[in-house]
Amino acid sequence: MCLGIPGQIIAITDAARLLALADVSGVRREISVACVSDRPVAKLVGEWVLIHVGFAMAVIDADEAARTLDTLRALGETQEALDAMTDSARALAL
Amino acid sequence: MKYVSEFRDPAAAQGVLSAIARAADAIGATRGNPVHIMEICGGHTHAIFRYGLDRMVHDGIEFIHGPGCPVCVLPMRRVDECIQIARHPRVILTTFGDAMRVPGTRTSLMQAKAEGCDIRVVYSPLDAVELARRNPTRDVVFFGLGFETTTPSTALSIQQAARDGLTNFSVFCNHITVPPPIKALLDDPHMELDGFVGPGHVSMVIGIHPYDFIARDYGKPLVVAGFEPLDILQSVLMVLDQICDGRAEIENQYARVVPEHGNKVSLAAIDDVYETRPSFEWRGLGEIDASGLRIRSKYAAFDAEEKFGIGYATAREPQAEAEGCACGAVMTGRIKPPQCPQFGKGCTPEMPLGALMVSSEGACAAYWQFGRARITEPAA
Amino acid sequence: MRGLLAIWPGAHHGTRRLSPLRGDRVTLAHGGGGRAMRDLIEQIFTSVFVPHGTEDQARLMDAALQAPGARLAFTTDSFVVTPVEFPGGDIGKLAVCGTINDLVVGGAKPLWLSAAFIIEEGCAFALLHRIAASMAREAALAGVSIVTGDTKVVGRGQADQVFVTTSGLGVIPPGRDIGAARIKVGDVVIVNGVLGDHGAAILAARGDLALSSEITSDCQSLGDLMEAVFNAAPGLHAARDATRGGLASTLNEMAEAAGITVQIEESLLPLRDEVKGMCEILGLDPLYLANEGTLVLFVPEDQADLALVAMKSTPAGRQATRIGRAVAARGVPVILRTTFGGERVVDMLVGDQLPRIC
Repeated sequence: MCLGIPGQIIAITDAARLLALADVSGVRREISVACVSDRPVAKLVGEWVLIHVGFAMAVIDADEAARTLDTLRALGETQEALDAMTDSARALAL
Repeated sequence: MKYVSEFRDPAAAQGVLSAIARAADAIGATRGNPVHIMEICGGHTHAIFRYGLDRMVHDGIEFIHGPGCPVCVLPMRRVDECIQIARHPRVILTTFGDAMRVPGTRTSLMQAKAEGCDIRVVYSPLDAVELARRNPTRDVVFFGLGFETTTPSTALSIQQAARDGLTNFSVFCNHITVPPPIKALLDDPHMELDGFVGPGHVSMVIGIHPYDFIARDYGKPLVVAGFEPLDILQSVLMVLDQICDGRAEIENQYARVVPEHGNKVSLAAIDDVYETRPSFEWRGLGEIDASGLRIRSKYAAFDAEEKFGIGYATAREPQAEAEGCACGAVMTGRIKPPQCPQFGKGCTPEMPLGALMVSSEGACAAYWQFGRARITEPAA
Repeated sequence: MRGLLAIWPGAHHGTRRLSPLRGDRVTLAHGGGGRAMRDLIEQIFTSVFVPHGTEDQARLMDAALQAPGARLAFTTDSFVVTPVEFPGGDIGKLAVCGTINDLVVGGAKPLWLSAAFIIEEGCAFALLHRIAASMAREAALAGVSIVTGDTKVVGRGQADQVFVTTSGLGVIPPGRDIGAARIKVGDVVIVNGVLGDHGAAILAARGDLALSSEITSDCQSLGDLMEAVFNAAPGLHAARDATRGGLASTLNEMAEAAGITVQIEESLLPLRDEVKGMCEILGLDPLYLANEGTLVLFVPEDQADLALVAMKSTPAGRQATRIGRAVAARGVPVILRTTFGGERVVDMLVGDQLPRIC
């Protein structure tokens, strides 16, 4: 129920039957884009989608992805700042 | 790999782990008095063990492995019935690989294949439909299992087969839904649960609001999580932050994929093709109300239960497990895999007693496969 | 000097004119031991493999066998791959390279092969010609002769087009003694190139998963590579070619035999992007994908760099890299340190790896 992999739509193979060619690191497979057909299918070419058992189930939101990564990186910076504070506190205590 | 590698970046792990530690300390969580966080989905269980996350996080966090493995909860008699269907000479039984080794009462699909049944692993139900198109004299049956992530794909496949006028394609439907067993666990007075890491890909289909009852009625936080290690760690942090703040909300860590209201096309297809059974048996958990789906009568021609005369009748008692099998206790988080007396002895991946050892995302298989319990240090 | 009388039971060599095969497919008549069988063998096999000879056995000598302390190396393997032709090779190439590799990982110089064929009724001659040509080419590349063999024909459905069994003989020079028992704590584990290409190529070629990719099998013979390693790092402890069950199974076997634990670093494992992609789609672990031209070496630390330099100067070793080391036993044979910093066990494969949705 969980194995979904991001892939890029590189071509529409059958617009009427909502089928497209997806690429995952150079491996290609025809997939259904029925679930993401709320827009004209031609617009899907170049988009990144989440693929599960041969169906594109969602278009990946690049902005959200960036936002998530920024939050994660910010946690790293917080940690560095905390470490720096601890280090300098330690240095002062000597 | 785009949208994958970034979320496996170890450089970012330290920051999240430290934040988790600070939050756990603020809550006062310790090994002896931990925060109990249930990861519902088997894919999360698998990832936690594959990346060793349970060892990396603060001692005061205990992961409770939930029932979100649709292969593990498949009742034995449904496996038996599937094999029965496969035994018909005209039938080509198609299935996801996950189901091949699940033990039924006596045998598995893998063994039935060795005995001569035409059983084939496919990647997608679309491939099963294509097989039906190419083999008009054979009956292609697809073993439909999985939670809401996978349910739309069989629904859409059935709709496609109907449009194409195929008469030799059907689905043996064993799809189940996530919210009911969570409610059953929350109602269980023995369960100690403080929060949930929620199933990211199920939510991609159903959205985040089906979980509202967990926060509203039970006061527990749930964070919908992606499947990469950074996703899981960030979700754990968000659960802890809620507990620290005294909040209970449904939050979405996996917003890059999960839309708040789910996927319209998928939900419409599910509604068109399926209806809810009054109840369905979950191996190890018993009958759970309104937790299983069956094909609507308008699509009876694509329903393997109709075609092969197999109904689903509510069992008076759940089927007895093999002697010594404790899958039910592990699946509800009451015991950990190594605490099952059969773990690694009477029950191993080569000779599984129960489903949790067969499916690669079953807690026992994940524990065994990535099995840090077995790593020791050399004698000094 | 290698002198030999080479043979194929049922063939008639020498001056008889070869008569052309009738039809385009193998029939049960071609297995009958009579003229049709003789024609099949000569047209397809001995014309390509074997100069001449008329006895039931190959009679062989090599000067290297006579050196005091030299040992004969002998191995056999059967090949049943489906499909029989795949990107990067065919069952014949597998059969020749596979048996040569089993010889060279014991330190032997490979010399002679036998090749036995079980052919399904209805198998096309053209396919058999291609397989034979493939085998002749690989043998020549490795400096090995195919000196004897056999053919049988079975009814339709009793074989998958063709099964091949090759046995091989080689000579281990005096002074060479490598094997898993010689592995020591501290040894560096080296592989010669990317992992899992063969398994991935076969999966894609089978067609039932409808995946297309550019991945080709890594099938190749490793004799030159092994000699380069021996010259640069004579202290080599152990070598094996990773085949079925993937790198994971080979490391488990070697570690168990040696009584140590192998610790490998996920970040060091060389993998093609496409193989990674295929594994992600299907939920497979590349450590368990089959290989056919992958060498796994255990080299003492002080010779590891020498071995790597030598490997990188050969075609089969361009992407050679360290992947881990042997440490004192830690309860399990193989431990992987993940890119994420955690540790996990890498077991032997149980059954076949199956694609999964969960």
